[in-house]
Amino acid sequence: MWENIKEFASEFFVTGDPLIYGADVGIALTMIAIVFILTYFKKWTWLWREWLTTVDHKRIGIMYIIASILMLFRGGVDALLMRTQLAMPEMEFLTPEHYNQIFTTHGVIMILFMAMPLMFGLFNIVVPLQLGARDVAFPFLNSLSFWLFFWGAMLFNLSFVIGGSPDAGWLAYPPLSQMSHSPGVGQDFYIWGIQISGIGSLMTGINFIVTILKMRAPGMSLMKMPMFSWSVLSSCITIIFAFPILTVTLALLFLDRYLGAHFFTLDGGGNPMMYINLIWMWGHPEVYIVILPAFGIFSEIVATFSRKKLFGYKSMVFAMMIISVLSFFTWLHHFFTMGSGASVNSFFAITTMLIAIPTGVKVFNWLFTMFRGRITFETPMLWTIGFIPCFIVGGMTGVLLSVAPADFQFHNSYFLIAHFHQVLIGGVAFGYFAGLAYWWPKVFGFRLNEKLGKWAFWLWNIGFYVCFMPQYILGLMGMTRRVSSYTWDSGWWELNLVSTIGGFLMGIGFLFQVWQIAHSIRFMDRDTTGDPWNGRTLEWSIPSPAPLYNFATLPQVSSQDEWWEEKQRIAAGKAPKQQPPLEPIHMPKNSGIPFIKSFFWFIAGFGFVFDWLWMAIPGLAGVAICMLAHSFNYDTDYYIPVDDIKRTEAAARGSV
Amino acid sequence: MKKSSWLRRLGTFASLALMAALMAGCTDKMIVLDPKGPIGEQQRDLIYISTLLCLVIIVPVLIITGVIIWRYRARPDNKAKYEPEWEHSTKLETIWWGIPIIIIIILAIVTVRYTFALEPSKALDSDKEPITIQVTSLDWKWLFTYPEQGIATVNYVQFPEDTPIRFQLTSDAPMNSFWIPQLGGQLYTMSGMAMTLHLQADEPGEYFGSGANFSGKDFAQMRFTANATSDEEFEEWVEEIKRKAPILTLDGYKELAEPGVSQVQTFSAFPEGLFEQIVTKYAASHNHGLTTREVEPREQTKHGEDHNDIDVKADDTKSEDLEVPAEGSHDHHSETDEHAGHR
Repeated sequence: MWENIKEFASEFFVTGDPLIYGADVGIALTMIAIVFILTYFKKWTWLWREWLTTVDHKRIGIMYIIASILMLFRGGVDALLMRTQLAMPEMEFLTPEHYNQIFTTHGVIMILFMAMPLMFGLFNIVVPLQLGARDVAFPFLNSLSFWLFFWGAMLFNLSFVIGGSPDAGWLAYPPLSQMSHSPGVGQDFYIWGIQISGIGSLMTGINFIVTILKMRAPGMSLMKMPMFSWSVLSSCITIIFAFPILTVTLALLFLDRYLGAHFFTLDGGGNPMMYINLIWMWGHPEVYIVILPAFGIFSEIVATFSRKKLFGYKSMVFAMMIISVLSFFTWLHHFFTMGSGASVNSFFAITTMLIAIPTGVKVFNWLFTMFRGRITFETPMLWTIGFIPCFIVGGMTGVLLSVAPADFQFHNSYFLIAHFHQVLIGGVAFGYFAGLAYWWPKVFGFRLNEKLGKWAFWLWNIGFYVCFMPQYILGLMGMTRRVSSYTWDSGWWELNLVSTIGGFLMGIGFLFQVWQIAHSIRFMDRDTTGDPWNGRTLEWSIPSPAPLYNFATLPQVSSQDEWWEEKQRIAAGKAPKQQPPLEPIHMPKNSGIPFIKSFFWFIAGFGFVFDWLWMAIPGLAGVAICMLAHSFNYDTDYYIPVDDIKRTEAAARGSV
Repeated sequence: MKKSSWLRRLGTFASLALMAALMAGCTDKMIVLDPKGPIGEQQRDLIYISTLLCLVIIVPVLIITGVIIWRYRARPDNKAKYEPEWEHSTKLETIWWGIPIIIIIILAIVTVRYTFALEPSKALDSDKEPITIQVTSLDWKWLFTYPEQGIATVNYVQFPEDTPIRFQLTSDAPMNSFWIPQLGGQLYTMSGMAMTLHLQADEPGEYFGSGANFSGKDFAQMRFTANATSDEEFEEWVEEIKRKAPILTLDGYKELAEPGVSQVQTFSAFPEGLFEQIVTKYAASHNHGLTTREVEPREQTKHGEDHNDIDVKADDTKSEDLEVPAEGSHDHHSETDEHAGHR
């Protein structure tokens, strides 16, 4: 009996690596500490009532952001482990198997469990406030999206300590990801983790499209909508077309692995090339899904910190929509070297280059927003200014990669690695960090410490160049991606060492961000104005942190920069806009079903990963029961009485 | 504010200086930019052309960025214009929609021309007859078979300079990518098909080659040397291998295809049609249901053991359309059978 248990445990848990034992201990201690603290301070009901069951978009946004920062930590540690392994030739810090797992989880986590939730966090926090809405269109669905993401991410991360991580690359090309070459459970964790959170992403896309189309404040026509909301719209449209492809592709891969189907196998009529096409039909739009909102963030910040209207509003909108459409016609540039022939390669080379045009236009418009403005350099603006040159250079190398015959030399090399990190770090990460610093006071009611923020920015910015500029050269020196080690005579070690130093500089930058947040929670003064940056859009017209119902009365909108114009009117001595009398506010009720239902998905996913039907079937049954329970629940909303609104407003405004 | 601008500039200069230093130290090692064959040369030219076209627009924009940020920084004594309501100019916006469009049109024309000119399956212009070398990516090594010379090598390929080489690429393992940077760009090696890549070395030398597409555990060890020599040296090398090296049998191939790394190896002969068999054993399974195999019982292997092993030697199906030795008939041994039990 004991022997059986021991044997099971040695297969079930990942063993044999001191790093993992260390992580095991760390995870166990953290969990014990969390349980202890919650119990000691009697916070379990608080946690359930205020957070786990909340349908408030602001709280859901906060939870997304916390989760994504944790994931940034995990993905960042992965990155530094890789850079340590590559710092010198013939290093034996990581075994090849371990290295392969780490670059796989690094990619998946950074894109799907870091960038996506950080983006959704910002959507949640900002969009309803910018639109003058009280919540998103479907608050229950919003909560469900978050918890699906959360439990999907947990399932994926579990593979680190249970069963073993996937190791076939972040897009899991078959036949490597098939049972024939990856018989372990890692690939199944990959499929189910992404599948569960992917459904959540799709629902978020739908939710925000409806919110933007239906819930704008009276008077806010689409062409008066703030640019960030436009970027969210373009991103969400891309989501609803792209994510179903991912879901289907992974489902087919699952059928191959689980039932022995032959969609992507080498034999039996299967075709791995079909998978590679399908996964990139999602994968390429996916990078635009994450970059478009960053464009929106930069647009808001540039206007605010230049104290000037955004230049070329219509061009900006038009450019984002073109990018959104074109992003679906470029996927093949990820495999020009697959032998599709000159005609096909030419087509996709040109569609790829075309994207440079609207993107370039956006850069010009940002520059000319600053032109004849008055620029100040608070941290959100610093990230934006760091972004512009970085993205210009990254965009240029992207155009170089799109030149199909030249790509035969760049493909799969470190040149490519440097390119996409430049646009993903310099574009997406810088953008979200900028957005986080910018809207932080609106959510939490205090600003982040500027000095520590600047330290973080400079470490990231300099670290980035030190890390990735050498990688362009390494690519031209013939170094291919995903090699777990290289030889002394390759001549690659000097640049690799420099690159590793840059990686650690960014790691220190991250520590400064964590320190900045901790320090600011403790020491920063409350923002009593509700408008710490002299903002332009509606979210700055309400107190910080925003009250539960956001707007006591729905604002009447007459221009793009509604709040800025209103401030101008008041400064000119005119009377502020007339507010209609208060009315009871219709609000959604909290619900535990999203949390529970997503947890059942987690159970089902875990069951499928280990092929334990006794676990998977009850999991799915639980999901079905939750659906039924919610269908028959008619008690989903309530009204906040006028007296309560008055009290809340007085308290919030009283401190002004 | 002033300080941060300063820091910014300092950072920019530092990184530029660093880049310059690195570039200076590494130019001779940037093998992609130091090609030794016609394909690689044209690709390098194209890289330079497209870089220049991009720089035409990038450099001014970077300069404008710096100037604008400097000139319009908020300082009480800043006398530059401030126009908070200025938000549109059709003339300016036409310019910056127009310039990128023109550049992209030029780049697109150049790209399409080169794409057709450098299509890898296109034969190279040469007075000499091309030499065919068949390339098979295995877990985790490269097998080169020379159908004309009748020899085979592992992780080493030699050919005469100034002669077009017709590489035929396939894989008997997860897909990889065959790349000799100094001769020209890479092409995927994929199971069930043979793709053609024409390359040529204009001068003798030992060129670095590697697998570029991740294929599992010891992918990093999939390096090889491509040695271009004079015709005479090549002939001598072939003769010597024919005299001294062992024969690669089908059993030997099966062993070689097992997952693992390998040193350089040479073989004085290999089973006739080996490459074609490797290609067709996957492609043939598209006929699933049409062959005699259908009615014959298939071998069941215990899953999880040698799942990478694709049995070449075995038994039941004979490929009609290929001239292969009797023992060379190949098996369509389905991987599905191996894992039908799902753990």
